[in-house]
Amino acid sequence: MRIGDSLPEWHVEATPTFVISTALATRDFQDVHHDRDLAIQRGSKDIFINILTTTGLVQRYVTDWAGPHALVRQVNIRLGAPCFAYDTLKFFGQVVEREQQDLTIEVVGRTAHGDHVTGTVKIEVPA
Amino acid sequence: MIDVEKEAARIAEQGESAPRLARDPINLPMINNWLEAIGDQHPGYTEVAPPAMVQVWTMAGLHGQRTLDDPLGQMMGILDEAGYTSVVATNSDQTYHRYLRLGEQLSVTTSLEDVTGPKRTGLGEGWFVTTRSTWWVGDEAVAEMRFRVLKFRPAQKPAQKPEPVEETPKAQAIRPSVNRDTEYFWEGTRLGELRIQRCGGCGLLRHPPGPMCPECGATKPKYLVSEGHGVIYSYVVHHHPQVPGKQTPFVIALVELDEGVRMLGEFDGEPSVGQRVEVVFTEVDDELTMPSWRPRADR
Repeated sequence: MRIGDSLPEWHVEATPTFVISTALATRDFQDVHHDRDLAIQRGSKDIFINILTTTGLVQRYVTDWAGPHALVRQVNIRLGAPCFAYDTLKFFGQVVEREQQDLTIEVVGRTAHGDHVTGTVKIEVPA
Repeated sequence: MIDVEKEAARIAEQGESAPRLARDPINLPMINNWLEAIGDQHPGYTEVAPPAMVQVWTMAGLHGQRTLDDPLGQMMGILDEAGYTSVVATNSDQTYHRYLRLGEQLSVTTSLEDVTGPKRTGLGEGWFVTTRSTWWVGDEAVAEMRFRVLKFRPAQKPAQKPEPVEETPKAQAIRPSVNRDTEYFWEGTRLGELRIQRCGGCGLLRHPPGPMCPECGATKPKYLVSEGHGVIYSYVVHHHPQVPGKQTPFVIALVELDEGVRMLGEFDGEPSVGQRVEVVFTEVDDELTMPSWRPRADR
């Protein structure tokens, strides 16, 4: 795990079931995450993934790569294009800093509409 | 008119909200539901919760009411009133001081950090609202978050507006270019005659007119006056673009005159190929009279 190391690309199929089950598992009951009619009425093209789920996916992307002994210290994300139902969300990542056991990984999650999420994750790996 | 900035300053001055308790202590069923939905197979979440779940524990829930002193709730209410009715999260920066163990009871406090706007965004005009939250176990701060949402007024989709129909005076109609080859024709329409060029050499009829006969090469054209009867050989219905002096849609017909030449002109009626027509003359002004066509009953 060195600066410049890339994380393997990872694809998430954002099916309606995925969008809704993750919204409920994160206890986010905003209608735009489970009710397409209301989502459209509010100016959206479909239901879309909530931010707590995006945070969870970014964490998972990094820990799937770093292994279960890595400790997650920080997840900072910025949202861009919404990730709508039926989108494929593609994750890319790279180690950008390493200070002994502390690593910073830059992550981007993209759909066909553009960058859904850009962010950094700080982890601590065992010596 | 609501002064959003003034209201924001008032809410920011209130500082931290009182601690709000999570509905449940950190527990395995909620962790497992989360892992299942996210698809995370990390084996380490049997005694501790995934750090990224921290906000989940203190979500207001399905019928949740925000507490009255919750700054985000207050700010959302003000922006709702100001017409910014939709919301989307834009930033979440979470720092985890330690992992949370099963059975621990969380609480959260929140303060309003910043409100900026109105900004034009891809979603519509809106305000960025930034809050700072701290999660506590007892009096120990275990995690922190800077959270930003965009509260916006959904952009109106432009309605399908029909193009404004401009009634332009007939005098603004596109005028024919009259030259030595064609002036006999426009002299004729002013007199109510439909003139067809006829070669002074071989007698060939032709339209549109030209200086030299394509058959014999003579350059002494004359004309005959047509009966003004014919049939529609072909036509177009013009819808777009607008044409000065015309109201769309209108029909331009190619009429085959009984004398044998074809002539273009506007047709007033429901066109069909083979339909019998006769000429009508419309005076635009002293200079210009336009010939056009109308249906003619066969007698």
